[in-house]
Amino acid sequence: MSDMRENTLLALLLAPALLVFVAFFLLPIGRLALAAGSGPDGIMAYAAILTDARYRESLIATVLLSAGVTLATLALCAVCGLFLERNRFPGRAVLIGIMTLPLSFPGVVVGFLVIMLAGRQGLIGDLTQALTGSKLVFAYSMAGLFIGYLYFSIPRVILTVMASAEKLDRRLEEAARSLGASTFAVTRDVILPGLLPALLSSGAICFATSMGAFGTAFTLATNIDVLPMVIYTEFTLHANIAMAAALSLILGLITWAVLALARTAAGSSVAAAG
Amino acid sequence: MTTPGTRIRLTGCAKTFADGTRALEPLDLEVNAGETLVFLGPSGCGKTTTLRLIAGLEMPDACGRILFDDEDVTALPIEKRNVGMVFQSYALFPNMSVAGNIAYGLKIRRVPEAERRRRVAEMLEMMRITELADRSIDQLSGGQRQRVALARALAVEPRVLLLDEPLTALDAKLREDLRLEIDRLLRRLGITAIYVTHDQAEAMALGDRIVVMSKGKVAQIGRPRDIYLKPADRFVADFIGNINRLSGMVRNGLLELPGGTLPWDSPDGPLQAALRPESLRIAEDGLPGLTGTVISAFFLGDRQRLLVEGVAPEPLIVDAPNRIEISAGDTVRLTFDADALIPLSH
Ligand SMILES: Nc1ncnc2c1ncn2[C@@H]1O[C@H](COP(=O)(O)OP(=O)(O)O)[C@@H](O)[C@H]1O
Ligand SMILES: [Mg+2]
Repeated sequence: MSDMRENTLLALLLAPALLVFVAFFLLPIGRLALAAGSGPDGIMAYAAILTDARYRESLIATVLLSAGVTLATLALCAVCGLFLERNRFPGRAVLIGIMTLPLSFPGVVVGFLVIMLAGRQGLIGDLTQALTGSKLVFAYSMAGLFIGYLYFSIPRVILTVMASAEKLDRRLEEAARSLGASTFAVTRDVILPGLLPALLSSGAICFATSMGAFGTAFTLATNIDVLPMVIYTEFTLHANIAMAAALSLILGLITWAVLALARTAAGSSVAAAG
Repeated sequence: MTTPGTRIRLTGCAKTFADGTRALEPLDLEVNAGETLVFLGPSGCGKTTTLRLIAGLEMPDACGRILFDDEDVTALPIEKRNVGMVFQSYALFPNMSVAGNIAYGLKIRRVPEAERRRRVAEMLEMMRITELADRSIDQLSGGQRQRVALARALAVEPRVLLLDEPLTALDAKLREDLRLEIDRLLRRLGITAIYVTHDQAEAMALGDRIVVMSKGKVAQIGRPRDIYLKPADRFVADFIGNINRLSGMVRNGLLELPGGTLPWDSPDGPLQAALRPESLRIAEDGLPGLTGTVISAFFLGDRQRLLVEGVAPEPLIVDAPNRIEISAGDTVRLTFDADALIPLSH
């Protein structure tokens, strides 16, 4: 009786969210799907993603870049996050502050920073010029994108890792050590499994963000096109709306699949951890 | 599979934490091979700290030394000491099955697969949890978890088994069962064991000897019987069991108390002593006794616990046989023997 009333109430409360969902998600996606199929090539716009070398390479490059950035970020943040959580030293708060600063930068600013670091007039360029006589410039290559993406991925992941490291039960590590486990074995058998749910979920977010990142790539105006850049040029320069829509849907689909996969994996590892 | 016990010695082991907390005053202690030694004391008295020193999880302050048999292990980290640990919180690896947990130490030691499997089966059987082998940890009850933790610690045949309040998280009935089982296990294995608890009943039941601690210091070391019957000071007497205080006057062969007099065979003068509840008896008719009034009577099954006022300056706790019909408001006459008195110097 009161259960039913509660459910009705919940449904009423859900209605606005549902409305927003339909208006800003389902409708545009629907239009997008229609747009993708209504070009001169019809449904073949999707096939073009695989057959046309430019699209295919862009797709592969974007996925590889995002995966690489994700793995590097996870490795870096697992080590740093654990260290920062477990050690108290002067300047710790400042260090955490600096590492989480990029959280407040838009992609354009991150791209700008990469140019200042590794661009034609960048710090590394000047330094290598003075030392070796030849200028090292990598801001506009895959390496520049990688650095930029890494830079803005670190804050989120490191904060998640720190929060999760704080909750690790130190007794587990002590038990493992009492059984003879070395630091390496403790890390492999106790600490990493304990951090796994956090690594999976923050890694998935990191991957998704990298897949969709636009500002940094746009600022760097690199010679390799990441998918969001391709979508942008198809849409604005070539007015190839069907292709832009198809690419958008594929980008969304891959990202969504990775997120879903990570959620399932994280869910089962959480369940195993009780 | 009997592990010959290791003798453990601590000399001058103190512990001051980084924040300046002095958790342990310099301690000299010898644990005999195969002995079960219990650290008993109120929360915060330094029991866990002492255990962690022995485990190798903490380093004693300078000068402190820890020996396993004749080997100086002071500088050895825990992973090199071969100690078994059992925690109040079980600390089982959640990402491994029951069998996986028990096999872990053997895996680390690179024991061959077949031998490992045999040993895990043996441990499972010893702890009577064979049917749980493939379960995951979150499917186990608290009692089952602690059995797994014991099996895991014992699987590697440690030199000493260290248990930190292993039963505290369990409910009363289970605690009793597992305590009996741990007792049997320790005796059968002949392993040296150090057991930390704040529960005096547990300490009495399990310990060959008990170390009563207070504020980072040892208050008394002795067999449970010595600690109960001859407590070294008021702290120990109060902490272990219930205690009554008596203060009276001996004059002309009579002990004078508010409730009357008893024939008394000691020189005249004031008498300060303590007395356990079970040392007070209901006096037989016609024999001397001290008169008092029952304030409350609790029937406990095996006995009844009375609170009697008027006999001594403070109300007395009395354990009376369960067959006597007594209730609050009744007048009783009490007596006790001189050799049951516990002299208290301070
Ligand atoms: N790592 C630590 N840092 C500072 N103080 C500690 C630490 N561990 C324990 N203490 C303090 O040392 C004292 C003894 O603690 P402990 O040995 O855990 O007591 P017990 O196990 O008898 O309850 C307590 O006052 C406790 O607060
Ligand atoms: Mg403790």
